[in-house]
Amino acid sequence: MSVFWAICRQHAVLAWRGGHTTLAVAFLFIGVTLMPFGLGPELALLQALAPGLLWVVLIMALLTSLDRLFQADYEDGSLDQMMLMPLPLEFVVLAKLLGHYIALVLPLLLAVPLAGLLLNLAPAHLPMLLLAMLAGSPALVLLGGIGASLAVSVRRGGLLTVLLSLPFYVPVMIFGAGASQQALAGEVDETRLAILLLISLASLLAAPVAIAAALRNAVR
Amino acid sequence: MAKPQKNFLPNAYPDPAHLRLEGLACSRGARQLFEGISQTLAPGEALALYGANGSGKTSLLRQIAGFLPVEVGTISFGDTRPPRVHFIGHADGLKNPLRVGETLAFDAALWGAPKNAIDLLPLLGLDNRGWQTVGDLSAGQRRRLALAKLCLAPRPVWLLDEPMTALDAAGQHLIDTLAGAHLAAGGILVASSHVPLGFATQTLTLGAAS
Repeated sequence: MSVFWAICRQHAVLAWRGGHTTLAVAFLFIGVTLMPFGLGPELALLQALAPGLLWVVLIMALLTSLDRLFQADYEDGSLDQMMLMPLPLEFVVLAKLLGHYIALVLPLLLAVPLAGLLLNLAPAHLPMLLLAMLAGSPALVLLGGIGASLAVSVRRGGLLTVLLSLPFYVPVMIFGAGASQQALAGEVDETRLAILLLISLASLLAAPVAIAAALRNAVR
Repeated sequence: MAKPQKNFLPNAYPDPAHLRLEGLACSRGARQLFEGISQTLAPGEALALYGANGSGKTSLLRQIAGFLPVEVGTISFGDTRPPRVHFIGHADGLKNPLRVGETLAFDAALWGAPKNAIDLLPLLGLDNRGWQTVGDLSAGQRRRLALAKLCLAPRPVWLLDEPMTALDAAGQHLIDTLAGAHLAAGGILVASSHVPLGFATQTLTLGAAS
């Protein structure tokens, strides 16, 4: 178990020191700041669009970090070592994904309330929006990991990673933005939240196995 | 070189391994790298792999490590199967943003080693480098740091891909010291090299037979 946490902590430390956290959070704010310039300064319109826009920007910010998930390990030989660690590769992968979640997604979720205020969301809308993002974001990292692992042996595979991950993201996006939209009406959308959780849990079971298989193929 | 710290060198493996290669072949794409490799290593024996660039030394090591699928022939370890193997290749798996001391601490945790990893620095010839960033190390110093896991997690099978590369005389002596202790403890070792390896009990030259 201590091996699991060491892998998780090492990945989080490296993501933080490599500046990926700062980049993703900065990306989120830049995206949100630009919205009023593109859509016009109408506050009612911004508020109506805010949940969907925040989901789009969250996913885009996360996508900027996906190609570093396993690429660096592939290039510096750590992937070979991961195969030999005293922990099944599936759990090594899970530990890294958890580290990625802690180092990237949690800071992004912390930034979302402030970004929401820039789009004229009222504080009362935030709990539901964050709840939907908490339920859906594990799936974003887990499914993004599949794309990242498939493109790992491709040099400059960042674009390929994004293209491979995007179709997996569509269902999360649809239910996530849908649930968040209900927040504007002050309602709790239990059905969509349950579906988001279901997608996250299903990804939790399937993604580490798929990623480990792709990585085993990559070290040949 | 600093005096070796005895407690970090392997003393005796509780699960000594045998290594048996039988009729092993490997091809990359359409090119046949080697075929008909048969070799048996008992505990305490070391095999040196020689051969020109591209003759398949690394591929053979990666097959033994289990990275490359074995399509022709068999590899068996007696009772011991991977992951009781250490593999040190050209890519050292070191993370540039980490400090040397942090790398050792993470290594100890990752390989499940209970030892106080920072005390390894004198043995590796990296005294007083604990605060240095890994990215600032020279090629030879990186190589030394990559050897740390050999001392941290005792494993009876070591696979070293050109371990002498980039090392100075003291560094090469360090490899000899580590390998000597490993073999004396009943471990087995396969190493590829372009320079003669003093600790080898068997040699295999790839690309010579065909």
